Amino acid sequence: MTDQNGGPVLDTAFFRRWLAAMAAAVERAADRLTELDSAIGDADHGSNLQRGFRAVTTALEKDAPAAPGAVLTLAGRQLISTVGGASGPLYGTLLRRAGKALGDAAEVTQAELAEALRAGVAGVAQLGGAKAGDKTMLDALEPAAEALGTSFAAAAEAADRGALATVPLLARKGRASYLGERSIGHQDPGATSSALLITTLAATAEEAAR
Amino acid sequence: MKSLINVPETVVADALRGLAAAHPGLAVDVDNRVVVRRDAPVAGKVGLVSGGGSGHEPLHGGFVGPGMLSAACPGEVFTSPVPDQMVRAAAAVDSGSGVLFVVKNYTGDVLNFDMAAELAEDEGIQVAKVLVNDDVAVTDSLYTAGRRGTGATLFVEKLAGAAAEEGAPLERVEAIGRQVNERARSFGVALTAVTTPAKGSPTFDLPEGELELGIGIHGEPGRERRAMMTAREIADYAVDVVLADLRPTGPVLVLVNGMGGTPLLELYGFNAEVRRVLDERGVVVARTLVGNYVTSLDMAGCSVTLCQVDEELLRLWDAPVETPALRWGR
Repeated sequence: MTDQNGGPVLDTAFFRRWLAAMAAAVERAADRLTELDSAIGDADHGSNLQRGFRAVTTALEKDAPAAPGAVLTLAGRQLISTVGGASGPLYGTLLRRAGKALGDAAEVTQAELAEALRAGVAGVAQLGGAKAGDKTMLDALEPAAEALGTSFAAAAEAADRGALATVPLLARKGRASYLGERSIGHQDPGATSSALLITTLAATAEEAAR
Repeated sequence: MKSLINVPETVVADALRGLAAAHPGLAVDVDNRVVVRRDAPVAGKVGLVSGGGSGHEPLHGGFVGPGMLSAACPGEVFTSPVPDQMVRAAAAVDSGSGVLFVVKNYTGDVLNFDMAAELAEDEGIQVAKVLVNDDVAVTDSLYTAGRRGTGATLFVEKLAGAAAEEGAPLERVEAIGRQVNERARSFGVALTAVTTPAKGSPTFDLPEGELELGIGIHGEPGRERRAMMTAREIADYAVDVVLADLRPTGPVLVLVNGMGGTPLLELYGFNAEVRRVLDERGVVVARTLVGNYVTSLDMAGCSVTLCQVDEELLRLWDAPVETPALRWGR
């Protein structure tokens, strides 16, 4: 379904399809995320997100939230309750803040979604105390939220580029920071899964606009 | 790598069922992942709640009981528990005297306990928090997540737990916990990398003939790798690193802690070397504990924790305790 400008209609069904696509992407990428995490973390990012997004899928089926904002806040709450680690509160805050920013509108514009994502990203930065360049989720999410003002495709590209750009960085937050210089040369698992969240958003939008 | 498990997905739940079967003094909620001493809440007593990723057993579930923790919240392997568990635990142990959260300084643990503290306070439970950050291998600076919580967690839980058991109010129990953390420092080494059930192979590559200095308890590699050293050389290195940071001016408690994959025979031999170094440096040892207490699954290696004590803290250390992993005096 498209709106009058040919863009995708961002309604409740769209947000549910997005999170379903993310859940499927996490299943496919779980081993890779865990592998990245074993290089500079503690080898569980894939399995933790898998558990979280499976719970999101179950909750969305059971509760059937009636607005885009409610879909995101419900998903965020599930992630906080099931993921644990730092990823649970951080991903949970990202989606809850974004969901709250969307309010209870039945349909939102791309500009509103971009604005909501920026609010979510600000919540992550505040909670985790990290900033761009610290080799965290934010390195993918910040540029993606900015680029979403332009297009979904640009956001996906910015997220992927941001995740790749974490390879030469020195980790300054989270468990990877204990490694100091030895964290250099590895792609950050959190930035990698964050890029998945954005690329699945773009793919869902592209499908809807077809 | 072979493991004594059914499937990786159920290792935590399986262990909790086994804990319940072995220790009738504990009320174990396997579904909600909360271990509570059976007589909780104890009237007039401050509740002590800790928790963290699984894989460090007996920490924390093995330290639940009279004289130590009121409840523990085990997360997935090496993953912080979630706020729901901590709120449930706090509600189960709060007698109206408040609850102290003992939190190891890892980003995930801190974030989840912070969220839980807010939620518990919304439910009318008074919550205080002690952050444990004793690992001198991590430079405490703006550029890391800060020092990790390791062996000192046992001292904080034992000494603050003893104070709570005696009926000390929340502010006092919290103050004891902070004081213990400030006076305790640890340093750990790994001889092998750890294998998590989910991954099934070692989380980093540590060749035969080398060891890793300054490791954490989650399979994070340390900061430096060297050619394998003798117990004597490791003790010289580890004790001196700890002493340089702690600079004790009085007697110390010593914890020679195994990481899970090192035999007690070796740990006791290592403790002899630790005592030798401390004697040479003129540091008086008040009490020593040797064993696997703050572990990292199957990792071979050890950590040394020193905690400077005064008469009051020593009395709290000697106070009765009755938990699966520590028990004396009752």
